[in-house]
Amino acid sequence: MAGTASGAGARANEALLNRQDWQERWALLGLASPAVLTVLIVMVIPVGWLFYLSFLSDDGNFSLEHYDRMLESKAYARIFWTTFKVSFLTTGICILLGYPLAYFLSQLPKRAAALCMLTVLLPFWTSLLVRTYAWLVLLQSKGLINEWGISLGLWEEQLALVHNLTGTLIGMVHIMLPFLVLPLYGSMKAISEDYLKASSNLGAGPVQTFWNIFFPLSLPGLFAGALIVFVLCLGFFVTPAVLGGGKVIMVSNQITNNIELFFNWGAASALGVVLLAITLGILFAATRLLNLNRILGAGH
Amino acid sequence: MTNWLKRPASETQITHGQRLWLYFVATVIMILLVAPTIIVMPMSFSASQYLEFPPREWSLRWYEHYLSSPAWIDATWTSLKAGFLTMCVATPLGVAAAYGLHVSRHPLGQFFYIVLITPIMVPVILIAIAAFYVFVQIRLVNSLFGLVIAHSILALPLVLIVVSAALKSYDMNQEMAARSLGASRFTAFIGITLPQIRFSVLTAALLSFLTSFDEVIVAMFVSGGDNSTLTRNMFNALRDQIDPTIASISTIMIVISSTLLILSQLFGKSRD
Repeated sequence: MAGTASGAGARANEALLNRQDWQERWALLGLASPAVLTVLIVMVIPVGWLFYLSFLSDDGNFSLEHYDRMLESKAYARIFWTTFKVSFLTTGICILLGYPLAYFLSQLPKRAAALCMLTVLLPFWTSLLVRTYAWLVLLQSKGLINEWGISLGLWEEQLALVHNLTGTLIGMVHIMLPFLVLPLYGSMKAISEDYLKASSNLGAGPVQTFWNIFFPLSLPGLFAGALIVFVLCLGFFVTPAVLGGGKVIMVSNQITNNIELFFNWGAASALGVVLLAITLGILFAATRLLNLNRILGAGH
Repeated sequence: MTNWLKRPASETQITHGQRLWLYFVATVIMILLVAPTIIVMPMSFSASQYLEFPPREWSLRWYEHYLSSPAWIDATWTSLKAGFLTMCVATPLGVAAAYGLHVSRHPLGQFFYIVLITPIMVPVILIAIAAFYVFVQIRLVNSLFGLVIAHSILALPLVLIVVSAALKSYDMNQEMAARSLGASRFTAFIGITLPQIRFSVLTAALLSFLTSFDEVIVAMFVSGGDNSTLTRNMFNALRDQIDPTIASISTIMIVISSTLLILSQLFGKSRD
C-alpha cells in the first residue's frame, strides 16, 4: 500500500520536474529570441520579399520573365561565367600560395608562429576597401609596381595591371588568402606528430612522409578553407568594382547596376535569388561531401 | 649557420637546409600580405599631387585636407557612431543567444543557431538591397538606426561563433556550484561565467565594431545624406579618381584596425 502511494508520488514528482525542465529549456531558448527576431525582421523577411518581387513582371503580374531573360540573354551568361571564372581562379591561386604559408606557420615554434601569424591577421583585420585602394595605388599604370618593374628591366612598357581581370585577381587573392590560411593552419596544427614519427621510424623519407601522411590529413582543412574562399568570392562586389574598372562585372555588380541605373527591382531580385541559391547549394553539397569524407575516413 | 642548415627541422629529420625553399616562399608571401597596406602609409605623407613612394617631399597636406573637409569629418563621425552602436547591439544579443543556445538543450536550438549564422552565408549584396527595399517603405533609409540594425545582423554571427567557442571550453559545473549555493542563474552568469569568457566577449565586441566600421555594401545602399559613412564616401571617391586624401584616411583606418588587432592579441595572451 505504502509502496504504491510513494510510487504515485514519485511519478507526480517526476512529471513536475519534467515540466519544470521544459519550462527552463524554453526560457533559455528565449534568450536567443531577440537575436533571432532581429535576423528575421532585418534579413529573412526582406529577402523573402525580394524573392516574391523576382516573380513579378513590370506590370505587377506573376511571371518568370526575369528568370527567362537570365537564361536567354548572352550578357547574363557572361556575367555568371565571369563570376565563376574569377572565383575559381582566386580559390586556385589562394590554395597555391596559402598551403606553403600555412605549412610553414604550422612548423614554427610557438612564439615565432604567433609573430608570423600577425602577417596573416593584420590584413584580415584591415578594411577591405583600404586594401583594395592600396592595390589600386600600387598597380596603376604610373604606380610603384610598373615603376620598379621598368627600372629593374623586368618589362619595358607600362603594363595594364589594373582596371582588368589581372588587377581584380591580385586584389581578391590578397583579401581572401587569410580565409584559406586560418582554417588550414588549424587543421595542420591538429595533426599528431606521432604519425609523422611513426612514418619516419618505418623508413619513409621526409618527402614520402609529407605526401603520404601529412598532406592527406591536412585535406579537410584545405577543403574547408577553399570552400569559404570560393563562396565569399561569388558574392564579391567592391574589389571587382574598383580594380576591374567596369570590365569585370560579377553578379553583385550587375545587381547594383540593375538598381542604380535601371531601377529594375525584379531583375535585381531574380539575380540575387539565383546567387543565393548557388551559394547555399554549394555550401549544402560541400557539407554533405565533407561528412561523407569523415565517414570514409572512419572506415580505415 | 652551416650548423643550423644541417640540423633537423622536424620529426621527419628533414634539415633546415632542405627546407630553405619553403622559408623563402613563405617569407615572400608574408611580405606580399603586409606590404601593400604598409606602403600606403608613407605615401600619404607625400607633398605631391600624385602618390609617390618614397615621397620626394614630406608634408601633412592630405591630412589637413581631410581634417578641414566637413564632409569627410561628418562621415568619420557617422562611421564611428555606427560602429559603436553596432557593437552595443550585436554583443549583448549575440552573447545572450550563445549562452541560451549553449545551455538550453532544446530541440529548436540547432535551428536557431543556423538562422543566426545565415547572415555570413547570404551574399552581402542581397542583404543590402533587401534592407534598402524595406527601409524605403518604412522611411529608415539614410537613418543611423537603419544602418545600425543592418550592420548588427552582419556582426551577430561573428559574436555567436566567438562566444559559443568560448562557452564550449568553459566548465558549466562552476555555474552549477554557484547556483546550488543560492545564486540565481543571472547572478551566476554575471559573477562566474562572464568573467571567465570576458576575453572572447571583448574580441567579439571589437569584431562587431570593425564589421560595421569597415562595411561598404550595406552602407552604400542604406546610408546617405547626413548619415553617409566613411567607407561609402571613400568608395564613391575611388570610382572617380585616385584622390591622395584617401591615402591619409586609409592610414588612419589601418592604425585603428592594427590597434584593435594588438588589443585582441593582448587579451589572448593574458588568457594563458
